[in-house]
Amino acid sequence: MEVVFFIITVLTLAGAIAAMSLRHLVHCALCLAVAFGGLAAFYLQLNAQFIGFAQILVYIGAVAVLIVFAILLTRGIESAPQPLFSSAWPVGLGVALLVFGSLVFAIQSSSVAQQQAAPSAQATIRTIGSQLMTNFVLPLELIALLLTAALIGAVIIAMQEPSAKSTPMKDHAASAPIPSVPEEQR
Amino acid sequence: MVEAIDQIFVIAKHWVVGQFPAAWQSFVSVLLSIVPILMVFPLLFAVTTIVERKALGRIQNRFGPNRVGPWGLLQPVADGLKMLTKEDIIPRPADRIVHFLAPVALIVPSLLALSVIPYGRNMVPIDLDAGLLFFFAVGAGTELAVFMAGWSSRNKYSLLGAMRAIAQMVSYEIPLILAAVSVVMLVGSLSTVGIVEAQGERYGWLLKWHLFTPWGLAGFVLFMIAAAAESNRAPFDIPEGESEIIAGYLVEYSGFKFALFFLGEYLGLFAISGLAITLFLGGWHAPFSFLEWIPSYVWFFGKLSALVLLFIWLRGTLPRLRIDQLMNLAWKFMLPMSLINIVVAAVWHYTADWQFTGALICRWLLCGILFGAPYVWLGSALMGENKFAKRTYRFAD
Amino acid sequence: MPHPRRFRAFLKSNDRGDITDMTSVPLHYYLVVSAALFAIGLAGALTRRNAIIALIGIELMLNAANLNFIAFWRYSPKAEAVTGVMFVLFSIGIAAAEAAVGLALIIAIYRHYRTTNLDEISSMKG
Repeated sequence: MEVVFFIITVLTLAGAIAAMSLRHLVHCALCLAVAFGGLAAFYLQLNAQFIGFAQILVYIGAVAVLIVFAILLTRGIESAPQPLFSSAWPVGLGVALLVFGSLVFAIQSSSVAQQQAAPSAQATIRTIGSQLMTNFVLPLELIALLLTAALIGAVIIAMQEPSAKSTPMKDHAASAPIPSVPEEQR
Repeated sequence: MVEAIDQIFVIAKHWVVGQFPAAWQSFVSVLLSIVPILMVFPLLFAVTTIVERKALGRIQNRFGPNRVGPWGLLQPVADGLKMLTKEDIIPRPADRIVHFLAPVALIVPSLLALSVIPYGRNMVPIDLDAGLLFFFAVGAGTELAVFMAGWSSRNKYSLLGAMRAIAQMVSYEIPLILAAVSVVMLVGSLSTVGIVEAQGERYGWLLKWHLFTPWGLAGFVLFMIAAAAESNRAPFDIPEGESEIIAGYLVEYSGFKFALFFLGEYLGLFAISGLAITLFLGGWHAPFSFLEWIPSYVWFFGKLSALVLLFIWLRGTLPRLRIDQLMNLAWKFMLPMSLINIVVAAVWHYTADWQFTGALICRWLLCGILFGAPYVWLGSALMGENKFAKRTYRFAD
Repeated sequence: MPHPRRFRAFLKSNDRGDITDMTSVPLHYYLVVSAALFAIGLAGALTRRNAIIALIGIELMLNAANLNFIAFWRYSPKAEAVTGVMFVLFSIGIAAAEAAVGLALIIAIYRHYRTTNLDEISSMKG
């Protein structure tokens, strides 16, 4: 079964790297969707069916679509091709490599992380549901509140200011898709 | 004997699997679940296209295709050959890779969605614990495919069509899921098999389909409206309105890729009709207990054809909505009504232990008022400003 | 002809277990993948000039953390408590809200400055 693991790993990491380095923004968003799909496959391999499907539903069905919409709405008048990376890119890359190195070092030197055999854990829908309604009912309500707040907030932020001079066409498109994402999580 | 006919495909599969060595058996079993889907539904697609063209022809007072074969029945073959032999045109500025991947990305989720629907007793390709969630999750994947098609063509009509399609799909996904949530709530299971089995109990000779409850009836109507919008069927076909934006995201597709899009759209229609059957119409169960001798898969495919015919009928009779009407319907009407429907479902559930005579009528009345009052109020509030003038007819002399 | 009931059991055994256990892959494989994903997201968020790409990087980092939660839950001796799964469920919900608000902010900023280049949106005056 290691083969499956490595295939998914290559898919996910390649998608992530492409999403971070391609020139065209829409390509980045599509590669991001591939990376999200790979993560969902990881969750399925780890016996977390519900989370895997929720990942596809939320990230590919909503977040990726939202990003694509944002990219199209902010295209417009880009000036001549600019450098892709900011001027301080060596520092950023160095920090990222440092973080990766230290994380791998910590994982390799830990005794907990070397576990081979896993107990056959299963998160059935029934367990998740009853846990959501008993132990985790407060976080659930908070999430509902947060999503409602985010929904209203996103609409207000993206709503056209009365005196703003951007074209009405764009705003019509902006106000339609943005509220939909938090709504879907209910 | 009745059970043997009912289980004939299951028994056949078992027999075939038994012929292979043990190491191969699981592989063969999976293959035997996949191949029938890949064969039956494209075939059904071919039949549907000719039926649709014939029926639309009848509705519009013309003949429809009648040249190829007897009564024009071989038209799908001719269409298929035409599609296959046509030149596959890719616009020069198009993004070639994305343009190529878009039809594939559209058709794969549609096929995947078909894999969790129970087609008959013991006839479900894969019985997932979270089958319903799986269905909606893969359904969400089509949005990105539509965007890929529209964006990669580098054509303003296709981009506009794709944006319209995505806005519409995202909006109508919510009432669709909320209508399904009422079923999930009362059955207590996300597994499609579990939902169908829950509808197998009886009151007298009538089976307990969800359609025969007030919330189920309302939920079914809401679900079908949202399903028509999700699968871009008329009257919600503005993403590809031929008279407005020529064909939406399909403009720059030709030849076999166009055929794939067409196929994907119909597969999506079959999948969502199958889900409606699973959720509200009792899956493969017969409506009356004295009709249970008819095999379960016959019931399923009979209901499927009935729903497809309903969609064709709607397409022939209803005019297309405008985009703002479409969005208003989704957000101001469908969403509140589907939320109210969940409350109605809860009321129905908690009044289930009423024992006095006429309890059933009281429950129906209660639920009817709970659903009907907001319906009337919302309807009149939304229609308030534009009252239709009295219709006048002018006939040719 | 086999008896249908026996056959049903056979079907169950065949179709239920399609999502296989990956007991042969040790836990630290997942942790390394997650660390790599986190580093990629961090590098992107720190180096790219476009605000949307920076947001994508942040989403990737969040997902890397989610993968860690699920992996630890799967390999923990007390897997009946589904805390890891719950945490990821809530984290996915919050990430969706974050994406919606973040993108709305980017659109608002774009309206004002006509650019999504992070190097140019550095002034604190409107």
